[in-house]
Amino acid sequence: MRNLVVRRAIQMLLIMLTVSLLLFAIFDSDQFREKAAVAELGGFGIATLSADDYHEWLQKKGLNEPFLARYAQWLKAVAHGDLGRSVEKDVAVATLLKESLANTAILAFFVLLGLIPIALTLGVLAGMNEGSRLDRVISVAAVITTSIPQIATAVLLTVILALGLGWVPAKSAMTDGWSFRPLVLPLLTLLLYDIGYLVRMTRAAMTEVMASQYIRTAVLKGLPPWRVIMKHALRNALVVPVTLIFLELNGLLSQVVVVEVFFQYAGFGRMLFDAANFGDIQVLQAATLVAIAVAVVSQLLSDAAYTFLNPRVRFK
Amino acid sequence: MSVAPLLECKNLSISYAGRAGDVPAVVGFNLTLKPGEAHGLVGESGCGKSSIALAVMRYLGRAGRVVAGQILFRGRDVLAMNDAEMRRVRGGAIAMIYQEPMASLNPSMTIGEQLIEVPRYHEGVGHRDAALRARAMLDRVQMADATRIMHSYPHQISGGQQQRIVIAMALLSNPQLLLLDEPTTALDVTVEAGIVDLIRRISAEFGTSMLYISHNLGLVRETCDRITVMYCGEAVESGPIADVFRGARHPYTRGLFASNPSPAADKNSRPLRSIPGQLPSPRARPPGCLFGPRCEFFAVDRCDAQPVPIAPIAGSGDHSSRCLRVDEIAWDAAPAAISSRAAAVFGEVALQVNALTKRFGSVSANDGLSFEARRGETVAIVGESGCGKSTFAKILMGLLQANSGSVQLAGLELSRLPVTRRNPQTIRALQMIFQNPFDTLNPSHSIGSQIARVIRKLGVQRDAAKVREQVLELLDLVKLPRDFAARRPRQLSGGQKQRVGVARAFAGRPDVVVADEPLSALDVSVQAAVSELLIDIQRRERTTLLFISHDLSVVRYLADRVVVMYLGQIMEQGSTEQVFAPPYHPYTEALLAAVPIADQHYTKRKVLLSGEIPSASNPPVGCRFCTRCAYRIPGTCDRLAPPLQQVAPDHQIACHLPREQLAAMRPVFEEVTP
Ligand code: SF4
Ligand code: SF4
Repeated sequence: MRNLVVRRAIQMLLIMLTVSLLLFAIFDSDQFREKAAVAELGGFGIATLSADDYHEWLQKKGLNEPFLARYAQWLKAVAHGDLGRSVEKDVAVATLLKESLANTAILAFFVLLGLIPIALTLGVLAGMNEGSRLDRVISVAAVITTSIPQIATAVLLTVILALGLGWVPAKSAMTDGWSFRPLVLPLLTLLLYDIGYLVRMTRAAMTEVMASQYIRTAVLKGLPPWRVIMKHALRNALVVPVTLIFLELNGLLSQVVVVEVFFQYAGFGRMLFDAANFGDIQVLQAATLVAIAVAVVSQLLSDAAYTFLNPRVRFK
Repeated sequence: MSVAPLLECKNLSISYAGRAGDVPAVVGFNLTLKPGEAHGLVGESGCGKSSIALAVMRYLGRAGRVVAGQILFRGRDVLAMNDAEMRRVRGGAIAMIYQEPMASLNPSMTIGEQLIEVPRYHEGVGHRDAALRARAMLDRVQMADATRIMHSYPHQISGGQQQRIVIAMALLSNPQLLLLDEPTTALDVTVEAGIVDLIRRISAEFGTSMLYISHNLGLVRETCDRITVMYCGEAVESGPIADVFRGARHPYTRGLFASNPSPAADKNSRPLRSIPGQLPSPRARPPGCLFGPRCEFFAVDRCDAQPVPIAPIAGSGDHSSRCLRVDEIAWDAAPAAISSRAAAVFGEVALQVNALTKRFGSVSANDGLSFEARRGETVAIVGESGCGKSTFAKILMGLLQANSGSVQLAGLELSRLPVTRRNPQTIRALQMIFQNPFDTLNPSHSIGSQIARVIRKLGVQRDAAKVREQVLELLDLVKLPRDFAARRPRQLSGGQKQRVGVARAFAGRPDVVVADEPLSALDVSVQAAVSELLIDIQRRERTTLLFISHDLSVVRYLADRVVVMYLGQIMEQGSTEQVFAPPYHPYTEALLAAVPIADQHYTKRKVLLSGEIPSASNPPVGCRFCTRCAYRIPGTCDRLAPPLQQVAPDHQIACHLPREQLAAMRPVFEEVTP
């Protein structure tokens, strides 16, 4: 286990280095630098930006130094916890990141809160009685929700729930403070897809387990059905879904880009989107590092869960 | 006075729903099982024997269904019971033991948990008492170290131990009936012998009735009182063990016996005869007698006129047969003579193995192997799992490299030459036949093109017309119809696929063919045909055949020389006659005594064998067999490696026992004088 953690940590650092270097190189092109300068110096067209002004700006920003030196500098700063400043919003990246991550975490929390009990229950119910009517209903519904792109779901939900029925606000900017109702639409959009996905995975795992010989043994031992399911089937059937839930943490981080932007929710996805549009390199770099960290940590958690739930791996 | 039967099947028919309608699996099956009786249900794969056991437990899956007849347990119709009653019967009055113990145990529950459940749910016993009962039962099934086992997970113990756990689980509820579905098929023969012994003891001790399902006639003979032989879902013959084994009264049963090699009889005294043809598909059953198309006594217009009923044989007590001509066939006449094969002549040494050693970390999988195989000779390498025979095959094929020692094929050193660096000539000279013909054939290419590919790759022939011609010749060689060239693998039966495997191996006219358990995935009647074929071709081509097997009966039948391995070392080697007769190495003796024999003409001596095969990563010091050997000399065997004794020209035994003691050993099998 300790080996695994160390391996994953090294892997994470390597990915972070490579990706940040790549991003650094991309945003170091003249095209992006000019764009940033224009934006910062008042938003006039490139034409009005004189070569002198531009050079002065570069000088001021320290962008004239050699590429690798600046990269090293940035690295050093990051290592000391200084993520830089957002050019667009003129605040410390750390502050920006903290706020947006908190918002996304709230969203993710509610997603998991709904996802885990609903998806596991439906998946298990469907897989328990493969081919039954209940199974068919659940499976078809899951296929439908997973085959509609999230952006379409978002539009559909907005039209029905916000514009049509007027139950919830259509946008989730929450300009007058936090409340739950604006969260409903992004939440449902994410849940519909994720539940469908997890239901399918759980159902597949459950049907496989139910067809296994050890379930036959359990049934032919004369155990009551609830005991067969709760004690013999679930332990084995839930290994895969549980590991998937941890991986879902990572999946959510990319799904929120679409959903947060669409509903104008001030979360991580929205921040990433704005920064990319603006060419706000410091923000992008920091966001990328966070995304990589989340990916690696969720992978690690999922590996740990797999090991923990699987005696064949735990006791070699 | 007649006792009320415990289990009765009356006219039982079982079908499985398929895409194109119902497929019958069992038709009109009858059985009466008395308390304390053991009934063997024998037949080849697909004959419906397992469906019967599952129907008794009412567990046929979604597709399976009893379409007619009754199953009465203690006079009550199992099919009419409600769920609560059924639960009391399952694992209570009737318990089942399965073919694959590993798959039958829950991988994520400790063994203790799985055992304790039984008394808890059947008798409402408290957890503590249930745990005590479970522990006590582990002692009764002779599991050492019960406390540790209770806390282990199934994957942490050996296959033999797993099966003992399944048996203990079944016995915990004190059942009146045990259903055993090939309980030892997945186990090594010495482990099997231990389990069979246990089952026999238990049924005597507890008075449990048994329905013993097996494809192994010898096992049924050694464990049961009565036998029913199944063919295509029908019982074709049924009667007391002694009657059926002494005088089979159905051509199929007779065919099974004739195709079943015996470790007791040598190949010339009792040649194998396979049953011609193959099982009809369940959808295309022949009219009249189902065995008709394969029967040598088939009478036109009689046997195919209408379904043949199973009927008692006149004057026989309760022996019955499903054959119209049972009174006409001269059952005692010797089967049509088979032209006996002339003894093979061996040429120069083709393969020379010297002090070959292969280690995986601390495990020595092959430890100083030395033997040779001559041109035209069949050398069998026998041993149980973990003995290193597969490692040896892999070194030979260039999939592994040895650490030291040598393997020479016509002077060329192969032990450290990976297959990727072997030239086509070497690859052609050394070919392999695999255990599972299904895995090695590409499902999307025709048989012909796969054989042709081998021919081209080995550089035997390049010209397209010549290649095609050679493909057809190879099909002739392995006795497959020429139009099989156009077929896909899935259209072939197991035996036919293995024939294709043989054809591919012989396509380049190899000098040496390594056959790794080539028969063990096949049914008995098919095994005989494939082994005949293999010997025929090998004799004709004067190929050296290295035959790797765990099945001593087949080995006795096929091999000229035998090498017996145990935990990576050679225990004994010699000609087949020498190895199968005293003096034996103690391991060979135990191995022979563990083989169940179906042949009524022989009796078998019991040989004590303690414990299980030790782990290869921590082999015993001194003689590797010393932890299990009944002859062990304390202080010597467990300290010093045994000397290699030359007991006869060409016959070596690695053992500390003095010459005289080895020489004084009695044969394991003895012919009964009628
Ligand atoms: S009924 Fe005819 S075909 Fe069938 S086994 Fe008897 S002799 Fe053979
Ligand atoms: S050397 Fe000793 S332990 Fe080994 S087989 Fe011979 S008698 Fe048995």
